[in-house]
Amino acid sequence: MLGLYLHRESVIHRLPAGAKLGGLMLVTVIVLTLPGAWGALAAGLVGAAVLAAAELPAGRVLSELRAPVVMLTLLFGFQAVLAGGGWMETAIAVARFAALILLATLVTLTTRVMDMVDLFERLFGLLRPLGVNPAKMALMLALTIRFIPLLGDQVREVRMAQRARGVERNIAALFVPLLVKILTMADDLTAALEARGYDPADTGTKNGTQR
Amino acid sequence: MIELRSVTHAYGDRPVLHDLSLRLAERRIAILGGNGSGKSTLARMLNGLIVPTSGSVAVDGLDTRTDGRAVRRRVGFVFQNPDTQIVYPTVEEDLAFGLKARKLPKDEIARRVAGALERYGLDRYRHQPAHQMSGGEKQLLAIAGVLVLEPDYVIFDEPTTLLDLRNRRKVIELLRGLPQTLLVVTHDLDMVKDFDRALVLEDGRVVIDAPPVEAVPAYVERLG
Repeated sequence: MLGLYLHRESVIHRLPAGAKLGGLMLVTVIVLTLPGAWGALAAGLVGAAVLAAAELPAGRVLSELRAPVVMLTLLFGFQAVLAGGGWMETAIAVARFAALILLATLVTLTTRVMDMVDLFERLFGLLRPLGVNPAKMALMLALTIRFIPLLGDQVREVRMAQRARGVERNIAALFVPLLVKILTMADDLTAALEARGYDPADTGTKNGTQR
Repeated sequence: MIELRSVTHAYGDRPVLHDLSLRLAERRIAILGGNGSGKSTLARMLNGLIVPTSGSVAVDGLDTRTDGRAVRRRVGFVFQNPDTQIVYPTVEEDLAFGLKARKLPKDEIARRVAGALERYGLDRYRHQPAHQMSGGEKQLLAIAGVLVLEPDYVIFDEPTTLLDLRNRRKVIELLRGLPQTLLVVTHDLDMVKDFDRALVLEDGRVVIDAPPVEAVPAYVERLG
């Protein structure tokens, strides 16, 4: 799902982020409304068309679906066993969600994070009367996407260091140094954001307060 | 010019800098010293990321305590670890981050980003995720992310510490060609030999202040 942006010069890449996200929501409503396998079939066809139009490598896109499909199969499989549902219903439910995940993945792969962040900043702007700072929310979104792979690297590094010292599996031994690393990283990141011109007091409007 | 007047700084009750008064007007200044000598605190003070416990720091007459934002527009800062200063997932987006934070018009942002991609050899990584780049490429991106803001001064906090020899050489070459005033915190004595001035810090005090040709041998001698 967080498959990040994959650059191509396709018509899908050039579509505005709002149009892609709106389209995704519309298809989701249709898929969840249509009965039986029709929803999955409709979403699958739209997904295949978008995949072809976006000129993305099918193997790479489909590999993004592997983990969620396994998870969905286990989830709906257990439900079928425990609640006595049929296997056909399970297969249809998995297919419906897998098709939707495919479409969501296509949206993230064809939309630059900055465009997505701009869109969310505008959407969060609607919540300004409730005290929400749209610029802060949008930055949080961008940082989450940027730092997920970095945190993965940190976990691998700490685990490797511990295995080198003979500790194979120890949650506490993993958690403590990881927490220290994350807090240090957060501290450095705060300084770096400030150094690069980000102003936490900025309201996100053109008239943001100047210090 | 950057001017420090009777600057003292402490973290809690641990003093880090003691009564520093300096006028920094040279174009290339090295800040040397051992771990814990106060180098990084001094560097972060020069663009207002840290304000002194007492005394004042002024950049072209702007006080870092009261005009922090205006100071940071003039003074760029490159951190030791590029991973913590790259904010957006891809190279092009990250270069645009600081420009966007300053609310520059879209076409100006596009023009500056395109210029930086070409100037710093990052064009072929334009759409690449930053986390897939090598350490040297990430450092180059971090430096470009600061230079694209066109600051008058740039402070580097140990810019070559995490780099291999080839990337170290690349960064040194890049620094040599920059028109800005540079203040470089480093342990890399070779890098600063053609600088205009070198300050050596020890326990929060400047113990040597001279051109590198004198300062570096004196520092090495002090190390024993």
